Amino acid sequence: MKQLHELTIKEVHEGYRNRIFSCVDLVKHFLSRIDKYNPKLNIFLARNQHALEQAAVIDKEIAEKGIDRELLGIPMAIKDNFLTVGISTTASSNILKGYMPQYESTVTGKLLAAGAIFLGKTNMDSFAHGSSTETSDFGPTHNPWNPDKLPGGSSGGSAAAISAQLVTAALGSETAGSIRQPVAWCGVTGFKPTYGRAGRYGCIAMASSTDSPGPIAKTVEDVAIITKVISGKDPFDATTSSLDVENYPSFLGKTDLKGLRIGLVKEYLLPDMRDDVKKLILDSAEKFRSLGATVEEVSLMDPKYAIGVYTVVQRSEVSSNLARFDGIRFGHTRDSFGEETKRRIMLGTYTLSSGYYDAYYKKAQAVRTKMIDQFAEIFKTYDAVIGAVSPGPALSLGATKNQPMFGEMEDILVEQSSVAGLTSAGVPCGFVDGLPIGLQITCDQFQEAKALTIADCYQRNTAFNQFPDIDKTL
Amino acid sequence: MHKVTVTSDDVKKIAKLANLQLQKDEADRFAGQFTETVDMINRLNEINTSDVPATYQVNGLANISRDDTVDLKRMLPQEVALREAKLTSNGFFVVPRVIDTDETESVI
Repeated sequence: MKQLHELTIKEVHEGYRNRIFSCVDLVKHFLSRIDKYNPKLNIFLARNQHALEQAAVIDKEIAEKGIDRELLGIPMAIKDNFLTVGISTTASSNILKGYMPQYESTVTGKLLAAGAIFLGKTNMDSFAHGSSTETSDFGPTHNPWNPDKLPGGSSGGSAAAISAQLVTAALGSETAGSIRQPVAWCGVTGFKPTYGRAGRYGCIAMASSTDSPGPIAKTVEDVAIITKVISGKDPFDATTSSLDVENYPSFLGKTDLKGLRIGLVKEYLLPDMRDDVKKLILDSAEKFRSLGATVEEVSLMDPKYAIGVYTVVQRSEVSSNLARFDGIRFGHTRDSFGEETKRRIMLGTYTLSSGYYDAYYKKAQAVRTKMIDQFAEIFKTYDAVIGAVSPGPALSLGATKNQPMFGEMEDILVEQSSVAGLTSAGVPCGFVDGLPIGLQITCDQFQEAKALTIADCYQRNTAFNQFPDIDKTL
Repeated sequence: MHKVTVTSDDVKKIAKLANLQLQKDEADRFAGQFTETVDMINRLNEINTSDVPATYQVNGLANISRDDTVDLKRMLPQEVALREAKLTSNGFFVVPRVIDTDETESVI
């Protein structure tokens, strides 16, 4: 029989319904796991001091009305860049140390309205500027598969919380890889909705033209349930779409992928990629064929150009967004910014400065158009494109030292889809050196249902969705 | 395109524009790192974009406006709005002087 921390959302609800355990039991179980393992993993920056009281209220609701909310009594971890009233929010930066939000972010508000309980806030790269969680001002998070390894980032704390099974589900956000890359390195499942599918209000801004909140969880089914909850028009974010939100979980459970066309991106099998990583991607292509899909090679622009586009767009938008941290209305003074944050603000200030704007910012946005056009061309014929998420497995702690372009190199395979605002699932597709490798399944804008359907069918027909025995690894 | 060198004087100027203070070794270190980064960005010039428009907004939305009404639910009570500020006076934020000040002085 599964232990409480191993249960998916549906299984938790089944347990509540059959009175096998209560919400208080489940929350207590997770809190004791957090007490035991968090000191070694450094996942949680702040804890919700009222979680048990909230669980008791939910138990009462279940007893009286049953389960009529999608996430009722589901313990969740929230990335620390989402404003949460009553739980301090820092974006892992000293400049916000001790900050208590005055309002709730749109997506966390939706999770709460759906009945979720937040157990705490998770570590991340400071201001989400990175792909390691090592640039956090509060120390790195450790990878549950091997604590000498990085969890990836920027949503590294949320991904590690799922891998170590310290919560049922988690919330992350992606600007270019910040969900897919840490879920790849931690061997869990994540989902990046289309840009504008879930609201950014109350999510501390990084690059406003690509920031996308999204879930991290144990299974594709769980991320589909959460994506449905957090999606939709946000009256406080003008870039959200008013397209109807589909009932994503209802599409899942397909036994084959007959009739679907999948493109294997040739350029994403990088020349210097390890053969064993390449093999896992080619194996997954073979798996899709055996499930009835047609898989063919497709071609995109050399991903090295995506690094240039993303670097300019991200730095420029960061320099503008982080100008608001003046230490007057909230937070501390600008000398509390960490080195990586300063570097990014300054490079963005440079690329936007008089005389350089056309050469850098406008040029990058034109190349971005070309990338969008290439994807549009591919999606005329193909339902999805696949490739590795990251060039290799988790790197060791310290790998980011003196590597100002670390994040961009690690995210080389996910930057194009991010700057194009596409939707993409990240699922485990095998192991090398005892560390997980992740596969991305990327679809056109607002094709969440399709990306989730394909990822779900793949996950149900493979055995890579595993969790480390942290009593042994830590 | 010729290689662009970002000098430590450039870095100092950028820091001023960005309202950031540099630590003593940062101007030199950042100059080297920015030169490398700009070199990598300049690879984009290998791609011809002469007839390609720039994309600033990717999901096609434009001219989105909200109703011109006050949303009382979103208004913060004064004490909540001021709660996180270090310096307040009589229900106001205290801001640093920005006029008639020595330009080189720290702004806060």
